[in-house]
Parts: sequence; structure tokens; C-alpha cells
Amino acid sequence: MKEPNDVLIRSVSKVAVVIIFTFAINLFISGHHYPGGGFIGGLAFSSAVVLLFLTFNIETVRKNFPVDFKVIAALGVLIAVLTGVGAMLLGVPFLTQAFDYFNLPIFGKTELATAVLFDIGVALAVIGTSLTIIMSIGDDR
Amino acid sequence: MSWIHVMVLTPFIFATIVPYLYKKFNQKIHTGWFVFFIPVFIFAYLITFIPEISGGNTFMKILPWLPSYNIDFAIYMDGLSLIFALLIAGIGALVVLYSIYYMSKDREALHNFYVYLLMFMGAMLGLVFSDNIFVLYVFWEMTSVSSFLLIAYWYEREKSKYGAQKSMLITVFGGLAMLAGLIMLAMMSDTYSIREMLTSHNLEAITSNTLFLPAMILILLGAFTKSAQFPFSIWLPDAMEAPTPISAYLHSATMVKAGIYLVARLTPIFGGTGEWFWIVTGVGLVTLLYGSVNAVRQTDLKALLAYSTISQLGLIMSLLGMGSGALYFGYGDESFIYATAIFAAIFHLVNHSTFKGCLFMVVGIIDHETGTRDLRKLGGLMHLMPISFTLMIIGGFSMAGLPPFNGFLSKELFFTATLQAANMSIFNLANLGFVIPVIAWVASIFTFIYSMILVFKTFRGKHRFVRVDKPVHEAPFGMLISPLILAILVVAIFFFPNLFSKYFLLPAWEGVLPSLAQAGELSIKLSPWHGWTPELIMTLGVVGLGILMYLYIRKWYRIYNYYPQALTLNTIYNFSLENMEVLSKKATNKYMTGFIRDYLVYIFAFIVVIVGGVFWTFGGFTFDVSQDADINIYEAGLVIAMIISAVTVLFSKSRLTSILAIGALGFLVSFFFVLFRAPDLALTQLVVETVTTVLFLLCFYHLPELRKEIGKIPFKMTNAIISIGVGVIITVVALSAKGTRLFDSISSYYENSYELAGAKNIVNAILVDFRGIDTMLEILVLTMAGLGVYTLIKLRMARRDKNEGAE
Repeated sequence: MKEPNDVLIRSVSKVAVVIIFTFAINLFISGHHYPGGGFIGGLAFSSAVVLLFLTFNIETVRKNFPVDFKVIAALGVLIAVLTGVGAMLLGVPFLTQAFDYFNLPIFGKTELATAVLFDIGVALAVIGTSLTIIMSIGDDR
Repeated sequence: MSWIHVMVLTPFIFATIVPYLYKKFNQKIHTGWFVFFIPVFIFAYLITFIPEISGGNTFMKILPWLPSYNIDFAIYMDGLSLIFALLIAGIGALVVLYSIYYMSKDREALHNFYVYLLMFMGAMLGLVFSDNIFVLYVFWEMTSVSSFLLIAYWYEREKSKYGAQKSMLITVFGGLAMLAGLIMLAMMSDTYSIREMLTSHNLEAITSNTLFLPAMILILLGAFTKSAQFPFSIWLPDAMEAPTPISAYLHSATMVKAGIYLVARLTPIFGGTGEWFWIVTGVGLVTLLYGSVNAVRQTDLKALLAYSTISQLGLIMSLLGMGSGALYFGYGDESFIYATAIFAAIFHLVNHSTFKGCLFMVVGIIDHETGTRDLRKLGGLMHLMPISFTLMIIGGFSMAGLPPFNGFLSKELFFTATLQAANMSIFNLANLGFVIPVIAWVASIFTFIYSMILVFKTFRGKHRFVRVDKPVHEAPFGMLISPLILAILVVAIFFFPNLFSKYFLLPAWEGVLPSLAQAGELSIKLSPWHGWTPELIMTLGVVGLGILMYLYIRKWYRIYNYYPQALTLNTIYNFSLENMEVLSKKATNKYMTGFIRDYLVYIFAFIVVIVGGVFWTFGGFTFDVSQDADINIYEAGLVIAMIISAVTVLFSKSRLTSILAIGALGFLVSFFFVLFRAPDLALTQLVVETVTTVLFLLCFYHLPELRKEIGKIPFKMTNAIISIGVGVIITVVALSAKGTRLFDSISSYYENSYELAGAKNIVNAILVDFRGIDTMLEILVLTMAGLGVYTLIKLRMARRDKNEGAE
């Protein structure tokens, strides 16, 4: 990819990327009760990284995100499977999810659900896979 | 879950930690020492069952696996499965002990070796204990797979790969045939349990069914391929490329006997019919003769042993066939006379495992010490390796059927059985029966000859060493322990046959013929001396003629050269394999053109034909507008915009315009979701659309210039027909989906998502909770696809880099 030299897009995306990241995390967390969830949150996160690819070059991004996205994807699947196995250890069928309400110091009465753990796995798998694909295609010159 | 289940699963569980043990300790301790304890423990555990089993008890333990499909991991233990399991664990322990000295811990990939070995051990134990036919089948194929891996253990050798592929192709072919046969059995008897098939009610249903014969032949195909019966025997000699401990364990003592086990296990179902009698006996006898005649001409020690194994397996198989005649006579005295053959089969099976295991290990020692297994290069080892020589004599003479070794007893019983079979009055035996003892006798002569070749060609004669850089000497003591134990057994069984028979053989005999066992006991006294019986005279003839023929082998050896090379089974196998490859390559090249456009044509044409065909035949088209809401202005506007962008794709002159137009189309669809109040879908669609458009732009750089396709008219017509067809079909499906309601809506269940899953967002609750397993598998597929893309691109880049380097 050629070195983009567009001041406008650089300035905008520096701000926009932060907003998109925040939005992605918001989408992920709100998924339990409102539109959103692991899949959308993960994809939104990747789209922010893709924006960075387009604005800066791929090496810069790789330097700032020094992780192997293949590992992230595998980790996501592993987390999802392990939450299922965890249910089995407690004597209920594979992938049974549980939730309950707790009184936490700052948040007050809060719902905690094991489904969120599963969703983290989904999000990581989506981020890892999409970025693996995009980076290998973008890298291919 | 019972302890027997745990025992079957232990090798598998232990196999998972073997690589770690190898990594951690292999510098100091040979990995085999850890593995060694598994078969020893299993053996010790199995020993505790002997009093119960020899007392006539059997065990049935059920672990539910797929209860809704009636598939349970049911374990059935009787004398037959116990004797097999004892062989598996016992010989397994000896083989692991032997391998510790045979496989160098510095040079060999021991973690692979022991993982495969344990996998095999577990699969084999599961096979002999399974009562459910599907579980049995799974273990059956697992033994094929682990055998494949072990034959190809030295995978850089061309011959290992060839042998592994051959064994895999043949045994898996048989396994699939067997599966079909087992399913037929299940259809006839309406149960998946072998035990339940044996109830008289089910047995009647099976024997009177027209599927009886096809099921029998299919199952026998499985048994014959696994047990290397003629003409499927060709894989066994090539399997000798595996390390020698493996040849001793899988390819002579246990795995190749799985077919025998199956035949024995199913004898109560199929036995007593003429077809079973003649197929099993006939194939067994032909194999016996084929194996022994071919063994004589081998020059490689392991090849000789392989053919001798084929021949001995044929012997056991034919005994099972002859013994099955007993079931024809019901419960009379006659049936007990003929059932002796079954007893002989089990007896010889155990004896074969002991002496052949011993022989393989000695051959391994010779190979290890001298560096060759070629009979033409060996000779005169007697003074250098006296212990190995003694062991070889014990094993070889037992195989030849000489006293005082256990092979003599079972060989005599085999002659008895053939003579009895020849006198049977059923199945047309009055006319053809005389053939059986004749073949048996001729084959025994050849067996005698190759046993003598094995013993004397290697250890007597002149020194002819190839390896001069290292003095040849006796093997280390550790390597001799295992064959020594087997040799002691060979002699011990000869002197205490009745004790052995009471605790091991008779319970196994009862397992093969449970209905006879209920009617009475088989009274059989084994002793070396029976007086001047016809059997003894036959043996004397074998020995006399055998010695003569061995001494004058040069005179008649030439007859082997007259057999045309083009007609051997191996030539036929290679020829058909090559041709199949060529043919399938041609067929594949016909439609795998490398153009994605062609593949899309196949996919879309398929959709049109299948979906359209179903619609046409079942009259699925309905169109109902009565309940539709009015079309409002936003929807109309969106549809018009979508049509415009779709048409733009068709007529645009540049690729960039097309990409943007497709992107626009996607965004417009997501607006539809917004209009129909589906925020989750809209969000997903938006993000997916964004990412794919960006991806497209990334690829854009690499894509060739968009040019107008100037195709011929037929080409354009095909494309037009297919695209219009797909459009029409999808529209029709969409319109009809609303008007047709085959089932009640299931959405009401999910409406309670807040109570059931604590989530207000139904969509997400479905994704992560209600249908969690779907999501889990989806992300798995997603990840695999991602890795696939990564691999494809990286591989291409690596190849390009290499090419550039070469230039």
C-alpha cells in the first residue's frame, strides 16, 4: 500500500478511532439488554483498526498493536468452549449459562451473567479473525 | 461409568500427557518407562476378573453416551473379550518394555511413537469390550488409523508411506463394508446391542430376513481385510515398514486378530449356516496355503514373518469356520465334537501371539545388532548370539508344530478339527470335505519349511556379515526380557495346558458359543500324547517331508519363478491405484477450472435446479397479499435507491464504482432493518458492510483492470439464464415464505428471555444462551476460515519469494 499523505484524514481518524473504540466497547457491554453484543462489538473494534490501516501504513499499526491476531482468534474460541466446559464441571449440560444479581460497592445492584464471558470469547474470535484476514490481504504485495 | 470404562479410556488420557513427559524427562529417562506402567496396571486389573469369568459370570456395564439415539458405551466382558484384553495388555507391556531398548531415546521421535501406541491400545481394548455396534465400529476404525500412523512412523521413507497408505485403503474399505453390514443387522433385529441380537426372538428375525446374506458378506469383508485374509492380505507385508515392536504388537499379536474376534463374536448369529461355514473355512484355508507357500520364498526376515502371520491367521479363521458347524446340530453330542474346532481356534490364537511375538522380537534384535534382515546376508550367528538363537528355536519350532512347545498342541487340535470337518454330513461336505485336511496338511509342510529357514538360515552356516564397522554381539539384557517371557510361556503352556485351558480358553469358548455352554460343558483333555492317532501320523508326515524338502530346497525352489509377475495381487493393486488416480485427476480437472466464475455458475445452477425443482414438484408457490401493510414512502424510496445501485453495478465502467455501488446496496438494506425495527440486525449489517467495503478497497490494488467481457453468445446466454433463474427463485421463495406456515412459530419461547436468561435483548440472549452451541461452532468456523485465508496468502507469498530467490 502506498504511503497515504493526507493530513485531513489523519487528523480526523486520530480522533475518530478513539470514538469508535469507545463505541465498540459500549456496544459490547450493552449487548445483554440493548442492541449490541460480542459480534457487533468485535466487528466495530476491527473496523477502527482498519481505519488505522487506511490512514497510516500497516507497519505502524503492527508496531502499536504488537499482538498476533491469530492467537487472539484462537483464544476467543478457547474461552467460549471453556465456559461451556465449566458448566459441565458443575454438573449441568454443556454451555448452560447462569446469571444472578449482586450488590456491588459502587455499581449498586448489578446483574452478573456467565453469558458475558462467552460473549468475550465471541468478540475476541471475531476481532482476531477479521484482522488476520485483513492484515494478510493488506500485507500481500 | 464403571472402572472398566476408566480402564479403556486410561490409555487415551495418558496419551495426552506423553508429549509433556517426553519434553521434560527424555534427556534422562526413556519415555517408554512411563508408558510401560499403563499396560502393566491394565493387565493386573484384568487378572482380577479371571476367577469370576472362569466361574461362568459375565459383566455388562453401560455408560450412556447418546441416549436419544440408543447409542451407549456399553461394555460387555466375557471370556472371549477378557482373553483378547489380556493379550492386548500383556503383549502391550512386553512390547513397550522391548521398545525402550529398541527405540533410541536420542534419535527417535518417541512422543509420537508412544502416543500412537497408547491410542492403539485404548482403541483395541474398546473394540473387544464394546457391545454397541457403533461404538465397536468407532474403535475398529481407530485401530486402523493408529496402525496407519505407526506404519508411517518413519514418514520420510517412501516405502513406509506406501505401506501405510495401502493398509489404510484396504482396512478402511473393509471397515466401511462392515459398518453397512452392522447397520443391516441392526435393521433386522431392531437393536444396536450384540447381546440383544442373540436373544432367540431376535435371532429368528435375523436368520429369516432376506438381508441375512448381504449383511454376512459385508461384515466378513471387514473381518477379512483386518485379519489380512486372501486376497486382502497384501497390506500386511508392506506394513512391516513399521518399527519392529509395532510389527510384533499390531501386525501379529493384536490388531490383525480383530477380524478373528469379530468372526468369533458373531458366530452365534451367523454360524450354523452353510454359507458362513464355507466362506469362513474356505477363505481361511486359502489364506493358510497362500501365506505358507509365499513365506518360503521371502528373503527378508520380517516379510517371511508377515506371510507366516497371514498363514496362521488363515488357520485360525478356518477353525472358526469349521467350528461354526456345531451350531447346526443344536445341543446334541455331535455339536460338542465340532465345537472343539472353536476351542482349537482360541488356543492357537493365544499360542500364535506368544511364539510370533517372540519371533518378531528376536528378528528385531538381529536387525538391531547386525543392521540387516536379509537372509542372503545373514548366517552363522549361533555362536555370537546364543540366547537369541535359543529363543528363535523355541518360537520357530512352536510355529512348526513340534513338541515340547505349545504350537504342537494346537496344531494337533487343528488336524483333529479338519478330520472331523471332513466327516460332517452337512453342507455338501460328504463330497468336498476331503479337501480340508489335504490343504491343511500341505500348508503345514510349508509352515515347517519356513520355520526351519527362519531358524537355521539365520543362525547356522558361514559368517556373512555386512556390517564390519561394529562387532556383532548378543543384545542387551533388557531387550531379551520380553522375548524370554514369551518363550517361557510357549514352553509352560505345553506342560500345563489343562490349567491354562480351564482359566483362559474354556471361558473364551463359552463366550463364542454361549448357547452351547448353557447346554453343557466341553470336556477336553489336552495332553501331548494321544496314542497313534491319525493326527500324529499327519504330523510325522509333515516333519518327514518338511525335512526332506528343506534339505533339497535348491532343487524345487525354481518353481516359484514360473508364476507370472503380472498376475500377483500387488501388481493388480498398484495398477488399479494408479489408474484411479489418473481417472479422478481427469474428472476433477474437467470441472475445477480455477475460475471463480465457473464455480459460481455451478453453485447458482445447483440452487436453481434444487430449490426450483422442489418448488415445482411440491407446488410450494403461494402469494398472499391480504395481510400486508401499506407501503410507505420511506420503503418505496429505499427500494428505488436499491434498484438504482444494483443497476449501477451492472453498467459501471470502473471497478471502483462497482465496489461503491455494492456497498451502497448493503447500507440501504440496513436502513430497511431500521425501518422494520431490528436494531441488532441493522447494526451488524452496517458494520459488516463497512468492513467488507474496506476489504474490497484493500484488494482493489491487486485486482486486474476491469474490462468488458466480450464473450460468445452461448456464454452470455448461460449467464443470463442462471442470473435470472436465481433472481426469480429467490423472489419466489421470499414471497411464498410469508404465505406458508408449516409449523407453529417458536418465537414465543424466546419472549421470556428476561426471566430465562436475564437479558432484555432477545437477539443476544438467543446468540449466547439459547443457541449458544450454534454460536460456538460459528466462531470456530470463522476462525478456521480466517486461518485458511492467512495460510493461502502466506503460502503464495512464500512460494513467490522462493521463486524470486531462484531467479
